[in-house]
Amino acid sequence: MDQTLLKTIFGRLSLESLPYHEPIIVGTFLGVAVGGLAVLALITKFKLWGYLWKEWFTSVDHKRIGIMYMVLGIVMLLRGFADALMMRGQQAMAFGDNQGFLNSHHYDQVFTAHGVIMIFFVAMPIITGLMNYIIPLQIGARDVSFPYLNNLSFWMTTGGVVLVMASLFIGEFARTGWLAFPPLSELDFSPDVGVDYYIWALQVAGVGTTLSGINLIATIIKMRAPGMTMMKLPVFCWTSLCANVLIVASFPVLTATLVLLSLDRYVGTNFFTNDLGGNPMLYVNLIWIWGHPEVYILILPLFGVFSEVTSTFSGKRLFGYTSMVYASIVITILSYLVWLHHFFTMGSGASVNSFFGITTMVISIPTGAKIFNWLFTMYKGRIRFELPMMWTIAFMLTFTIGGMTGVLLAVPPADFVLHNSLFLIAHFHNVIIGGVLFGAFAAINYWWPKAFGFKLNQFWGKVSFWLWVIGFWVAFTPLYIMGLMGVTRRLHHFDDPSLQIYFVVALLGALMIAGGIGAFLVQIGVSIWKKEELRDITGDPWNGRTLEWATSSPPPQYNFAFTPVVHELDAWYDMKDKHAEAPTEGYRPIHMPRNTGTGVIIAALSTAFGFGMIWYMWWLAAFGLIGVIVVAIWHTFNYDRDYYIPVDEIVATENERRRLLGQGA
Amino acid sequence: MSTDVLNADPAEKLTYYLVEDEDHHHESGGSTAIGFWIYLMSDCLIFAILFATYGVLGTSYAGGPTPREIFELPLVALNTSMLLLSSITYGFAMIAMEKNKKTQVQMWLAITGLFGLAFLSIELYEFSKLIHEGATPQSSAFLSSFFTLVGTHGLHVTFGCIWLVTLMVQVGQRGLIADNKRRLMCLSMFWHFLDVVWIGVFTFVYLLGVLR
Repeated sequence: MDQTLLKTIFGRLSLESLPYHEPIIVGTFLGVAVGGLAVLALITKFKLWGYLWKEWFTSVDHKRIGIMYMVLGIVMLLRGFADALMMRGQQAMAFGDNQGFLNSHHYDQVFTAHGVIMIFFVAMPIITGLMNYIIPLQIGARDVSFPYLNNLSFWMTTGGVVLVMASLFIGEFARTGWLAFPPLSELDFSPDVGVDYYIWALQVAGVGTTLSGINLIATIIKMRAPGMTMMKLPVFCWTSLCANVLIVASFPVLTATLVLLSLDRYVGTNFFTNDLGGNPMLYVNLIWIWGHPEVYILILPLFGVFSEVTSTFSGKRLFGYTSMVYASIVITILSYLVWLHHFFTMGSGASVNSFFGITTMVISIPTGAKIFNWLFTMYKGRIRFELPMMWTIAFMLTFTIGGMTGVLLAVPPADFVLHNSLFLIAHFHNVIIGGVLFGAFAAINYWWPKAFGFKLNQFWGKVSFWLWVIGFWVAFTPLYIMGLMGVTRRLHHFDDPSLQIYFVVALLGALMIAGGIGAFLVQIGVSIWKKEELRDITGDPWNGRTLEWATSSPPPQYNFAFTPVVHELDAWYDMKDKHAEAPTEGYRPIHMPRNTGTGVIIAALSTAFGFGMIWYMWWLAAFGLIGVIVVAIWHTFNYDRDYYIPVDEIVATENERRRLLGQGA
Repeated sequence: MSTDVLNADPAEKLTYYLVEDEDHHHESGGSTAIGFWIYLMSDCLIFAILFATYGVLGTSYAGGPTPREIFELPLVALNTSMLLLSSITYGFAMIAMEKNKKTQVQMWLAITGLFGLAFLSIELYEFSKLIHEGATPQSSAFLSSFFTLVGTHGLHVTFGCIWLVTLMVQVGQRGLIADNKRRLMCLSMFWHFLDVVWIGVFTFVYLLGVLR
């Protein structure tokens, strides 16, 4: 009786599910718990809960949501990178009799979590945060199309993060690799909660991603300032538009595929099983139909960042804007026609493999066009080697090599040899670190003054830059070499002692990257500490060209007191060129959306639903699901969702800005 | 560009700031239609994947029943007519909305909801009958994909019905105000979309299944 009651309440969660027998996890838990409690205590001590709730958590301001996304991404970078260090440490040690410090059960979770976290909870929040912050400013809008949905999207992503982090301390994570291929991920072979954590974390976060994709497409299409035709749209907005089209066109595929996998696991259907007609390769096809566009979702917005940075710091308009736009569109379309190159070894035959091999190689043409456009933008420009430009140049050098190894992998016969080898690992880290991460650092250094009103410290930025760039090459060159020699990925232990030196070098590289991350955090800390010295009151510290630099830093809640009118591609540059002054009177009340806590509540209930599903606590799952529906309906009964910022407030804000500008001049 | 060069002082001619801001800039209503369309297309992709899965696995009977043995076309035809009729009646509701006739809107919505419920009841009856005959979602990949595709459509209709009731209450409370009209339009698109998907299901799953 007692047992059934416990089972009803806790499902399959028991004391045995807590990994107290794993000293590493217990240590991590203690660290996280002490750190977390300290943060909570500080917030309580300084009575910040009300402020955080009112001004941030429930905020529908795209700028605040964007910053919260960035914070989320950077925090998760630390977690994902801790996993990376553990893997590099394990592989550098585990030779011959030495089994390393991780058992294989734990090691398999580490590499799965590393992949999932880095893609879904580092790269995605960072690009979503950037797009959220920058797009409305660049198109001269006051917010996104659906501000409340934006808040919900952020909290759904956070819900996914909560589930992934919970898996570290309650139960375990998947041991399947980051895409959870069946039949390994089926109930027969992964009976524990790991794959369920994987499924529900991605489902909860995936809803948020899809909604934010819809939101940003609608924003770019409907909210542009007057005069801003599509061919006057800043190039970052163009590449973001392409990325969001890809999000909306590919995340539903992920959702549907994971639903089928969960039906297999929960209901006993036979989609991807080995028997009763199931077909595991169907899953592999479906997940890569999402997965390949996903890598372009990650890189396209950063291509936009590099374009903005190159043009600004070369002091020239972007070379070949039109070709840049079309290259982005071509990449968007082609990204759908290449998914099979992830499994040439499936055995679909020479014709199919050649088709996908050729489409893959074709992608390098528009991408190459972009590289040349950036080079020609720099050609004869007055290049300023500020941090964003340094990251951009490092990107061009690194990414090009990553692209070339990609073309090499696109050749099916070569892929048969290199498939699943460390060469592949080196390739995709080459493009993701060299593209997405370098781009993220370029963007953070570039737009930080816009978001906070002061520049980032250059010395620590340079330390971070050199440690990252050199560390990357030290860490991944050995992997390229070993991959060519045939060493496969995801190995927990090696027998051949001659390989050890490569792994030791790779570990050194990873430690240098750790230094780079540390220096980045120091850079932020030092900059906040010395912010008065780094202060920028103009709102335009880099002599920018696009509209986000037309307003103050940080921008007021309403972004622009008067909506700008656009005549040229580089609208702000044009305005400066023509000495267009903002009017000083004639302000009108500005219509803004109200904050709402509904997003937080729905995301919390969704997370509870996921947690209930993972542990078979059916009451909790039912409560979460019904709760989501009830709260969503309840929210629709609230018709009073907006308010006006009174003219007095706008006048006060704008006059204060003019006063500061007058002082600076 | 060339005209700008010819002008002595182009800044005097060009406006760079909107002083008479009409404020439509922040009316989310303008974006709702396109936003909802994009959502529908993303939902359409979920169905596309389920159709594709059915296409791949639809003949994997694993020694179990085949479509010809278990599908009852007259029942499915009846069901199809329920859904098609509900789309027509929703159309009448929209016409009434255009004429600002609140009671008529409510009435047509109620009829639409009844057709929707009839559709769901018949579908549930069909499912329970199949399961009693031993054709369960677990018995073969064909049946897994069949139940998932048709069931996902059914779930959508269920949500449509909940939404419809919510809107009936809201129209009752506040009348045909702009917000409610916008919502009625969204549900209209959703409802017709489900109709279109069902035509795909009817043709691709049932008719083709019986032919095979």
